[in-house]
Amino acid sequence: MAKPTGEPLPFGAGDALAYAPAPESTEHVQLDERYGLFIDGAFKTPRSRRFFDTVNPATEQTLARVARANAADVNDAVNAARRAYERHWSPLKPAERGKYLYRIARVLQERAREFAVIESMDGGKPIRESRDVDVPLAAAHFFYYAGWADKLPYAFPGASPQPLGVAGQIIPWNFPLLMAAWKIAPALACGNTVVLKPAETTPLTALKLAELCRDIDLPPGVVNIVTGAGATGQALVAHSDVDKLAFTGSTAVGRDIQSALAGRRTRYTLELGGKAANIIFEDAAIDQAVEGIVNAIFFNQGHVCCAGSRLLVQESIAKDVLRKLKRRMQSLIVGDPLDKNTDIGAINSKAQLERIKAYLELGRADDLASFQTETSLPATGYWCAPTVFTGVAQSHRLAREEIFGPVLAVQTFRTPDEAVSLANNTPYGLSSGVWTDKGAKVFQISAQLRSGVVWANTFNKFDPTSPFGGYKESGVGREGGLHGLSAYLDVQDAAGRGRA
Amino acid sequence: MAKENSQRLAVAKTVKMFIGGAFPRTESGRVYKVNNRKGQLIANACRASRKDLREAVVAARGRAGAWQGISAYLRSQILYRMAEILEERRDTFIDARRALGDTPRSATRSVDRAIDDIVYYAGWCDKLTQVFGSVNPVASPHYNFSSLEPMGVVAALVGHGQGLKGLIDVVVPALAGGNTVVVLADEADPLTAILFAEVAHASDVPPGALNVLTGQVADVAPSMASHKDINALVHTLTDAAQAAECARLSAINIKRVIARDPARKGQMPSAYRVLDTVETKTTWHPIGV
Repeated sequence: MAKPTGEPLPFGAGDALAYAPAPESTEHVQLDERYGLFIDGAFKTPRSRRFFDTVNPATEQTLARVARANAADVNDAVNAARRAYERHWSPLKPAERGKYLYRIARVLQERAREFAVIESMDGGKPIRESRDVDVPLAAAHFFYYAGWADKLPYAFPGASPQPLGVAGQIIPWNFPLLMAAWKIAPALACGNTVVLKPAETTPLTALKLAELCRDIDLPPGVVNIVTGAGATGQALVAHSDVDKLAFTGSTAVGRDIQSALAGRRTRYTLELGGKAANIIFEDAAIDQAVEGIVNAIFFNQGHVCCAGSRLLVQESIAKDVLRKLKRRMQSLIVGDPLDKNTDIGAINSKAQLERIKAYLELGRADDLASFQTETSLPATGYWCAPTVFTGVAQSHRLAREEIFGPVLAVQTFRTPDEAVSLANNTPYGLSSGVWTDKGAKVFQISAQLRSGVVWANTFNKFDPTSPFGGYKESGVGREGGLHGLSAYLDVQDAAGRGRA
Repeated sequence: MAKENSQRLAVAKTVKMFIGGAFPRTESGRVYKVNNRKGQLIANACRASRKDLREAVVAARGRAGAWQGISAYLRSQILYRMAEILEERRDTFIDARRALGDTPRSATRSVDRAIDDIVYYAGWCDKLTQVFGSVNPVASPHYNFSSLEPMGVVAALVGHGQGLKGLIDVVVPALAGGNTVVVLADEADPLTAILFAEVAHASDVPPGALNVLTGQVADVAPSMASHKDINALVHTLTDAAQAAECARLSAINIKRVIARDPARKGQMPSAYRVLDTVETKTTWHPIGV
């Protein structure tokens, strides 16, 4: 529990009014001691014969043992996906394909609470987020794409879209179930079969999703889940029978994948890193903007590729904004992810905590002014108190590199042109935020920002109908919405001009 | 090409490149011989260097705003103007194709097709976002829409022997999408490419929005693919090793690589060619207070 100190809190809250613990129960969660690989509709012992622990980052306790797939296992999964594509999935009527996806969506809704609790246990994110964001959005994603399965020609005027075949999909640890949904739902709706590799530190909800696919009688091999670390992902990238590769993760790994796929017919989409600018103009509604800043950088412990990790605040209001921000930060509750009052949960892994700490050291070494909330962190587990660095310059690594933690770099600007120039001065281009009460300014600034998503007077909002993806080094292609369909279809054979 | 007759010596045109709205020679000082299909010399063309490429990218980046920032209607009119000027210079283009060795019929057909393709793409400028953008019915109280924006600076490579058609296929959709373009012309046919640059020059295309280099794929392609200020690379290379090398080097800045197979059937102009060179931007705004 947070023990707020320092400046008085809003609402007059203090120690006397601290929240009592409100832990979500884990009784209904059933985890096996050991999980095999989900290949061809069943859990199989890996050919590698190797397993690894998946750990609760809030307690450092092992939750389960999970198979480590090697290249031979990946090959089995790709072969199963190919057979399923040829025998079951592509001959199936599109409307029937859609009905399987509707089933997945419905059962995911039914079992939402179980998935949310496991997500928070395995990944460390607050139950408030896994319950209200991750799991409902994952179900919504399946529901949305289910309806596309028999309507694809409407999405591509003048073209006859065709499925690609077997999709290899590699997802990160920050939104494990949601990323699985983002990948699997459009791929299946478009008529492809998939081999999905969850992140090493967060495999459990994907394995639960595998159980769910089996329970709803999805034809064997349509969805295959291979767990493992980087080497498993590399085996999937290297497999010559993968028609499409979809990756979400760091720009460094994305670059390796793009390079590895050179000269092959395998298509790819990449959803990579970011260093989003969140721009606060002097004519913004300041209190709303402060809430927006908090949501932009501290949502999911800052483990968000589109996090608003650079705050650009107009000089005239900087002092006021920072004062209010610090006060608001002090009321953030850091602690047990399963507590319903928790705002900031555990850092996903020890390795990630080390990375974040290295950046905090860097800020101190650069003599940057910093503010960190005073809170008592649990003795076990991986934790990082929300941190703000002020007076950051464009040349500082804190302003240039993706930290993927609850660390905000603050810069100031004087004119809108300067704000846009600072915002765009990065190789990334995933998202941005704009805060102003002037409608005309919203449109002007958002059009000038070179990023795939712009949140105006809001931040970190997601929806299955809303395309998501980056400009520049933040990735290739879009996920979500109508535009997310083209990642899983061949639409190049357009009818074009009817000149013949 | 200019023919000699008994009265006077014809004035032969020096073939230069097109960078930033001007027609400079290559800084490398190197040229290569351009022969027609019978092996007769028809010109010396500039052999672009990495520095020429860099200057063209600076010009393209510097003028990106002037091309992106204008209205889609105006961009459409400027592209249509290109078609008008090309039509006016139709005979010049046909002569250039014939000098290279085309039959009269094939020369005429390729030039007419180029004109009609430009008209086709000109028409897409102010329709693309309308047809391929969207308003997205999100479940929360937000107004959410996706519009299409240019990727930025697009580099283009025309494969060997693809001439005017190859040039139009890689350049015009990218321009219609609002990108600024640096293209390396078909090594075997730099003359038509420079004629095309002159058309752009006469059509209110902002200086730097289109830059045409001539030279050799092996000299320029690796520099294009590894250039960090190029957003996308579109090519019609048929040499698999060259194409793979471009794809590999492009990963340096997650450059979008659009490989078009000139042998693939159904090569009619298409809006999807324009879509290859644009990004989808999605904007959210709350509804309420």
